Amino acid sequence: MKALGLKKNLAITAVLVALYFAIAYAIKINLINPFQQVNLIWMGINIILAVSLNVIVGFTGQLALGHAGFMAIGAYVSTVLTMNMGLPFFFAIVLGALAACFVGLLIGLPTLRLRGDYLAIATLGFGEIIRGLLVNIDYVGGAAGINGIPKLTNWPWLFAFTVASVLLIKNFIDSTHGRACIAIRENEIAADVMGINTTRYKVMAFSVGAFFAGIAGGLYAHYFYLIRPATFTFMRSFDALVMVVFGGLGSITGSVIAAAAVTILNATLQSLGAIRMVIYAALLVVVMIFRPQGLLGTKEFTLRTLLGKKEGVGKDAYRKQAD
Amino acid sequence: MLIVNRLTKTFGGLTAVSNVDLEIKEGELIGLIGPNGAGKTTVFNLLTGVYLPSSGEMAFEGKSLARLKPYQITARGVSRTFQNIRLFSTMTVLDNVKVAYHWHDRYSVANAFLRLPGYFRGEKKTTRAAMELLEVFGLAQKAEELAKNLPYGEQRHLEIARALAANPRLLLLDEPAAGMNPQETQELMDLIAQIRQQFNLTILLIEHDMSLVMKICERIYVLDYGKVIAEGVPAEIKQNPRVIEAYLGREA
Repeated sequence: MKALGLKKNLAITAVLVALYFAIAYAIKINLINPFQQVNLIWMGINIILAVSLNVIVGFTGQLALGHAGFMAIGAYVSTVLTMNMGLPFFFAIVLGALAACFVGLLIGLPTLRLRGDYLAIATLGFGEIIRGLLVNIDYVGGAAGINGIPKLTNWPWLFAFTVASVLLIKNFIDSTHGRACIAIRENEIAADVMGINTTRYKVMAFSVGAFFAGIAGGLYAHYFYLIRPATFTFMRSFDALVMVVFGGLGSITGSVIAAAAVTILNATLQSLGAIRMVIYAALLVVVMIFRPQGLLGTKEFTLRTLLGKKEGVGKDAYRKQAD
Repeated sequence: MLIVNRLTKTFGGLTAVSNVDLEIKEGELIGLIGPNGAGKTTVFNLLTGVYLPSSGEMAFEGKSLARLKPYQITARGVSRTFQNIRLFSTMTVLDNVKVAYHWHDRYSVANAFLRLPGYFRGEKKTTRAAMELLEVFGLAQKAEELAKNLPYGEQRHLEIARALAANPRLLLLDEPAAGMNPQETQELMDLIAQIRQQFNLTILLIEHDMSLVMKICERIYVLDYGKVIAEGVPAEIKQNPRVIEAYLGREA
């Protein structure tokens, strides 16, 4: 089995490396022009946002609507670190993410005692508080925000951060800690009675989601030159939520595909102006009617499904896992 | 092992459980019976921390359980099944069981994120232990199926397997035979006897199936309107006029 797992990892690595160089080459020969590059950057950012929000909403089952708040913290902290403190890009992004993670922890402890719609409203309020605070902090430019941010986010960094984020989240979900989160979604009382400290795991999922949203924020700030509190409104959280629901609550690959699809859709419909939102909304309605569980539901898109092989069932599958 | 003293739970004006005393010694298999709505499941919910008691005391192995959260009570060595099955339905059978190993057998978050050797060691160990447990319940063949796709009887078995994975010394079974036919009930009785031996368990069980209760329980508590109305060995309980009255009503 180890050989088979290795083969699979090698195959995925090969695909990723090929993807990286293909796009790098396309950028070099201007097949992907600067306008399309913006969409490429958005795709990476959206993938990180959707996958990280899925940890909270899809896997742990906690409806949180404050994701833009964490993104804002990552964006502002990393920007201050690169512009005012002269820190290298990588460290600034990671520290920005840690700041978002820390705030996630602080916010999570009181709010995650709430359930369902109450939690949604509380986290929505939190997102707005972050924005309100930023407007009132002169050090970060108040409502005008910060401009002249160095353009440090490029394709290699974007690719590395996106792939790393998705992989780390996948590792977390596929571990005993991820199982604890999913158990909470499935049946909170049973999870608690089976020995899982449900508050601890909800807060953990929340902080993990916040950390990666912080990365997305840092990448955003260092590409788009300007950040303002108005960049991180509720609509941004909502967009991320749409991608998560669209791809399937509890499917990492679903979130990746949905984030990419929504980004492309947005870019293609751009020329249509106001009618764009109508088409976008109509598509969402159609998806929800015909596939309420999202594109992939809780399933994952694997090479196996691509090749049309049936997933192993029963003892053999277990043996593969245990040996 | 378990001592419950004047345990009471009120919901608003309704007293669901009133001054209940129980005493269970190590290794016993005790039945808790009573008509519908007598408060049996509420007693279980109190014992496992799902509800907080309104008053009264309960102690397991000398330590109070009264203000603990469910996961803390599990860590003391008490585990349970649910009357209305509460499996993690879209998780696999194997993962359902593995969740219960989490509290006593896990690796660090860093191991999980970075897939360090600890992750592989931990997963391998838990998977092996969980599969051995599933083998006992005849569910090993279905390890990779989703819990919700199991037939009803097997879902009940999986609940017991999951409860055992939490490593209890006291196991609470809430109507394990509900909805089973006589043959399945017989198999369940054998299974309970087997796991009791194998895992060195003390068992408290709620059951409506009198034949099961009378056959396997060493002592029985009878609950009616939240109060213990009788306690004793099965033969005594069968004769007890108050029990007969609670179940069949008073003669006109």
